[in-house]
Amino acid sequence: MPAPAVRPLLTRRARHRLAADAALLAVTAAFAVPLAWLVLSSFDTEATLRVKVPGSPSLDNFSAVLTDEITFTPMLNSLLLCGSATALTVACAALAAYPLSRYRSRFSRPYLLTILFSTCLPITAIMVPVYALFVRVNLIDTLYGTALFLATAQLPFAIWLMKNFMDGIPRVLEEAAWTDGASWFQALWRVILPLMGPGVTVVTIYTFAIMWGNFFVPFLLLLSPDQLPASVSIFTFFGNYGAIAFGQLAAFSILYSTPVVLLYVLISRRLGGGFALGGAVKG
Amino acid sequence: MSRAAATGAYGTAGSVARPRRRARALLRWSPLAPATILLLLFLAGPIGYCVYIAFTDMQLTGQESTSFVGLANFRRAFGDPAFLNAVVLTLVFTLVSSILGQNTLGLALAALMRRASRPVRTLTGAVVLTAWVLPEIVAGFLLYTFFERRGTLNAILDQLHLPSQNWLFTLPILAVSFANVWRGTAFSMLIYSAALAEIPQEVTESAEVDGASGRQRLWHITLPMIRRSIGTNLMLNTLQTLSVFGLIWAMTRGGPGSRSQTLPVFMYDQAFLKSLIGYGTAVALLLLVVGALFSVVYLRLLREEV
Repeated sequence: MPAPAVRPLLTRRARHRLAADAALLAVTAAFAVPLAWLVLSSFDTEATLRVKVPGSPSLDNFSAVLTDEITFTPMLNSLLLCGSATALTVACAALAAYPLSRYRSRFSRPYLLTILFSTCLPITAIMVPVYALFVRVNLIDTLYGTALFLATAQLPFAIWLMKNFMDGIPRVLEEAAWTDGASWFQALWRVILPLMGPGVTVVTIYTFAIMWGNFFVPFLLLLSPDQLPASVSIFTFFGNYGAIAFGQLAAFSILYSTPVVLLYVLISRRLGGGFALGGAVKG
Repeated sequence: MSRAAATGAYGTAGSVARPRRRARALLRWSPLAPATILLLLFLAGPIGYCVYIAFTDMQLTGQESTSFVGLANFRRAFGDPAFLNAVVLTLVFTLVSSILGQNTLGLALAALMRRASRPVRTLTGAVVLTAWVLPEIVAGFLLYTFFERRGTLNAILDQLHLPSQNWLFTLPILAVSFANVWRGTAFSMLIYSAALAEIPQEVTESAEVDGASGRQRLWHITLPMIRRSIGTNLMLNTLQTLSVFGLIWAMTRGGPGSRSQTLPVFMYDQAFLKSLIGYGTAVALLLLVVGALFSVVYLRLLREEV
């Protein structure tokens, strides 16, 4: 009599699924409330601090913030700052990963361990000496100085990721290039990097997204209002004129967040759900 | 196969060819130079400078020169109630948000998602990951509006006829801790989803057949099998949480008074608002040392795994 034995098992499984669904939906609802505020308020010209469905939804908040001063200049600053820093990080990381992945020597392991060690250091803690140093060498309030620091702060993790991706490319392929007399640079540029396209994309997107959201570094190192990136300029919504236009704040937050959200979607499509990071984290 | 090209610079040492070999080794390792120079100038440099400033009385303004004061900054820190307050708040913040919150909730979500139906799983993943992906400052504002006196949490409590209160005033450290849970849980969820997916199906199934209850399976099978992921995750969460600044700054600026002033906020306050660079850096150095200790433990965990 197999049937009676199977049926309760199935219903138990179904019951478990239902319980799991209910629990997840409850947690999801709690997580979704602040996000709902963001979306609903951005369409509400009379937005308050509470989640509420806008009486007459409109795009007025967006058109109010889409000006040079509020949106375009800070976003352009963010783009310049993070774009140049990302380019520098990725270029340096690709170069550095090559010998670490290809050659063996007694200092490559300590080098890698140092890199891994510094990925874990709380960068927040060194911002005070960085500020003091930047004042002393006149890099304070310069976009390129800030970009150099952002690039360096992200470099250890980028090297680590890049090296792991590069290890996945079989060596045989460039040995052929070597016997043909190619230099290391040609082997890296012509053979390896084209093969690890997805890996380079992930490192680039991840680096850019992290920098785009970074608040503390530009907050400390950039002073002139016309140079501030979006992560810092968002504070001008507060304080300046007394009342806060919450609808506009929400609209600007959405505009500022959209690029990173899209980029993350792009990586997860490419690598199945953020597991590039899981892999990196596990070494 | 020309292995010779690949075996590295310190292979068999032929005494005649040594200078040439050394030149070739230099050329070979030259791609490391740009990254190394940047890391030395902008990371190792500031860390070294940090160690130096922490032993001086450097100030931003109102002082002609900086002099060496030995351990005075550290002695001052350990006698300073404001510093001790920041240490306690940092411990609370880390314990509540990272160890209890992100870690446990992340594991629970990952485990539930294995049982849940596909649409619910997708929805939960999308919402929790969005909270993680949003820039820190945006997350800070969103949770500010949630916990504010006129905010959504109180609106919900009113609806349920529960007493509302000014959360950012009465329990600021818990409010920012919950904010950090909201923002950081996705990371643990990803790590634990990957770890749980690696547990062989047969192991759990045979335990189920043997009549082990859900709790027994969790305690005796699941947790021991993912203990490395737990270690890694706790370590990384804690390190992340130790350096949270923007989130707290956007929500409370460390206030009211100093009741949500964790170490990074305290450091900023001393160094920039009170202009005491030397003292602020000493605090930063302590934070850095704690971070370094966690890093070393993390490296050990990884080494076991390799």
